[in-house]
Amino acid sequence: MEETFGNYSVIGKAMPRVDARAKVTGEAKYAADIELPGMLWGQIKRSPYAHARILNIDTSKAEELPGVKAVTTGKDFNGFKWGWSGPTRDEEPFATTKVRYQYEGVAAVAAISEDIAEEACDLIEVEYEPLPGVFDPFEAMKEGAPLVHDNRPGNICVEYHWTFGDVDKAFAESHLVREDIFQTPRMAKGYLETPAVVAYWPGPDRLVFQGAKGSPYFPYRILARCFNLPLSNVRVIQPFIGSDFGGTKNDMTHCDFAAPMLAKKTGRPVKLVYTQFDTLTTDLRRHPMWITIKTGVTKDGILKATYVKAIADGGAYTRMSPLTMFLTGTCMTLPYELPNFKFDAYNYFTNNPSSAAMRGHGLYHSRFAADVQLDMMAEELGLDPVEIRLRNAIENPEPGKVYETINGVHMATCGVKECIEKVAEATNWEEKRKTKKVEGHKSYGIGFSAATYNGGTKLSAHNACAAIVRVCEDGSINYLTGASDVGQGSDTVCCAIAAEVLGVGLEDIDIKRVDTAFTPVDPGSYGSRVTVLAGQAAMNAAEDAKRQLVEVAAQQFSVTPEEVEIKNRQVFVKSNPQRNMPWERLVRIACYETPGKVIIGRGYSTQGITILGLADLSKGVGDIGTNYSFTAQAAEVEVDVETGVVKCTDNSVIAHDCGFPLNPPAVETQVQGGSYHQGVSAALYEEFKMDQGQTLNPNLIDYMRPRAYEAPMTKVLHVVTNDPYGPFGAKEASEGSCCSAPPALINAIYDATGVWIKDLPAQPEKVFWALKAQKEKKQRKK
Amino acid sequence: MKGELKELKLTVNGKPCELKVKANTLLVELLRNELKLTGTKVGCLDSACGACTVNIDGKAVRSCSVLALQANGRKVTTIEGVADGDKLHPIQEAMVEYGAIECGFCTPGMVMSAKALLEENPSPTREEVREAIQGNLCADEGYVKYIEAIEIAAEKMRGGQ
Repeated sequence: MEETFGNYSVIGKAMPRVDARAKVTGEAKYAADIELPGMLWGQIKRSPYAHARILNIDTSKAEELPGVKAVTTGKDFNGFKWGWSGPTRDEEPFATTKVRYQYEGVAAVAAISEDIAEEACDLIEVEYEPLPGVFDPFEAMKEGAPLVHDNRPGNICVEYHWTFGDVDKAFAESHLVREDIFQTPRMAKGYLETPAVVAYWPGPDRLVFQGAKGSPYFPYRILARCFNLPLSNVRVIQPFIGSDFGGTKNDMTHCDFAAPMLAKKTGRPVKLVYTQFDTLTTDLRRHPMWITIKTGVTKDGILKATYVKAIADGGAYTRMSPLTMFLTGTCMTLPYELPNFKFDAYNYFTNNPSSAAMRGHGLYHSRFAADVQLDMMAEELGLDPVEIRLRNAIENPEPGKVYETINGVHMATCGVKECIEKVAEATNWEEKRKTKKVEGHKSYGIGFSAATYNGGTKLSAHNACAAIVRVCEDGSINYLTGASDVGQGSDTVCCAIAAEVLGVGLEDIDIKRVDTAFTPVDPGSYGSRVTVLAGQAAMNAAEDAKRQLVEVAAQQFSVTPEEVEIKNRQVFVKSNPQRNMPWERLVRIACYETPGKVIIGRGYSTQGITILGLADLSKGVGDIGTNYSFTAQAAEVEVDVETGVVKCTDNSVIAHDCGFPLNPPAVETQVQGGSYHQGVSAALYEEFKMDQGQTLNPNLIDYMRPRAYEAPMTKVLHVVTNDPYGPFGAKEASEGSCCSAPPALINAIYDATGVWIKDLPAQPEKVFWALKAQKEKKQRKK
Repeated sequence: MKGELKELKLTVNGKPCELKVKANTLLVELLRNELKLTGTKVGCLDSACGACTVNIDGKAVRSCSVLALQANGRKVTTIEGVADGDKLHPIQEAMVEYGAIECGFCTPGMVMSAKALLEENPSPTREEVREAIQGNLCADEGYVKYIEAIEIAAEKMRGGQ
């Protein structure tokens, strides 16, 4: 039987997603599926060099090729630069003077067919002066190293230094102090839907853009500035989005600039679709990071202090690196109590493709390091991994109280203890951990971890998001929002929230894709912000519409509005439910008899702005999240000690505190998917292999993504904490489990083999050599 | 010759089609660009992701791995041909009801792999289900609910519903 939560009509129980039918029948249109009359095909000309000065670009031969309709280079953009924020605008639509990573775009072509566009790109002659490059942060930081950006000395992209409390004193007072270095890999986002866009100009100063963009108001603003248009003359219509995971589908790619420019030049719609090769060589990646972590604990395993030095490869351009480094540091004070904390972060420019946000953004690196090191310290102290976590876990604050960390992070709810207890119970942890299992050359082990993630992420600019609930005269409802569903299920929960508030069914609500001509502005789909913030907007908009209808009902029943209730499509007087009318009748009366009332509810989220202020990125204080989810995970692995191959078994349990599961199965898929696709994959499978800025595995055969055969049948347990800052108590679901999976697996590999793998991923070769070294060490001791 | 058109006869979703195609046209290009059946997705064109999976004579085939001409005389079923009008196929129904679908980009390919499996093997073991969708990469949902939805669909189909 399906588990249900709370006493509600619509939410808190399983509901099919509102977009599932369109997706399962193939009707859902993604950007690459769009075709318009007279449409041309675009193609990008890319640099073969990772670092080179551009001396000349000759497009004449390409322009002469029959079938070619237009060619564009960076010069057409008149020096326009863009970036994640005002101060970080360091990237051109196409490189004009210098390329900074391999396959950076230098020109683009529009032609009557894909083949001709490709041929034309080959005819563009670019004269380069190759330059020496830097390909990891350690090369980049050397004195006299080549500069990626001439105006950025030392190749420093981001640098933070924060101190909270007195770590030196705390280390001196600690019973045990450990320092370890951990490494996280360069990772692809893993979406199958590559960047794609169709753009056209319905008038000389009006642009329509239909791209695979998870945050459609990013291109809305950037393109308006780029083409010098009033904002409202840019219309972004969002197709279905085939996953996002941060970065590339938030902000811009070459195709997002090329299509509008080529469409402007030709007066025809232009479509560009990236290949998976384009995606894997040029799309934004997860930052590879080197984390040095020093931690002090008492003899009882209580955390006294942590010092983290994080070094990251930011790649060629700044993109979202300032936020990445902030997130990497800020979470160190969650989910365990930490009284002293110091953080030094260095993010360097290199001649690699740019790094950016990715599911589990920032926290994934440092929480991995901290949670593995916690197991190491537990072992030295003779403590059980569950016990040391329970001793340090932050208590769930009493209702009405707020817990504040040493770096000014606030939370009203924290279910981490309950998560840990539930997972320990479900896996029969103590027994399981005691029984060492070896079958032939297979060794089994189980690992534990706990994690956190911010929900309702709020940045320093345009945080508000809004919703419009329009009640149509037949009783159906149009739900308009600028918030995007990229697969996480937010369209469904926002509709469900509106239905719950209005007292109607989910099937009564119709939601369309974002269209900036009609939908209210929204920052975008990132930082697990949509359900928390857009959900509040949905609630407020539905309440506004309901208030208008209730007034009409009150007149009809000759009672006060407070005496009217709407439930299950029935409108009635609370004290006398016999006096009632169907929902449709009330709406008809409101629309026709009042006379002509237009029922439109408006609502916007306030939490993102007003609750406890905003974070200060450079000082490392304050809240990036509106609230925080908590996760605990136990995972069993099977290690083939002869080959080093590690597999997850189905003995995998995650307990997740998402505040309140609005749609429980959707929370489960989010948690299972976050754990497997971006967590387990980072721990065991995925890594870009690089050589002097060249990606050596730019296809989905050599770049290993996790598949069904190895997928653990992870069981998800819900922990309900009803967060006061989330709609109906909701927080985030999925990014937490993305952060809990890598430490759980690495801890499990240690349990199985006695070998610590500190640099992810634990690919077979790495595990093989680690086991061999361990064996040799043991033999030497004998 | 590079541009020469060849005759091609095949059945797509029960409808006979006669058309002329270039020899180098992939089946997925024919389906998406010529026949406008865009439910079949392109993820990689390397036969690695399975988003373009269709059924050819009942077998799951990645439509980027075969030329259109190789489908000559064959029966091709795409995601658009799976539901019976408004009535979803039990596999589709299970995926919708059970909450298996997230972004949906891999879903058409996943349905086609599952359909080929269940038509050949109505009572697959869990390992057989996993194996059948091993070639279908998903980016976000973890495969758990896909696997369970296919098992639920198999049960329903065996029950003659």
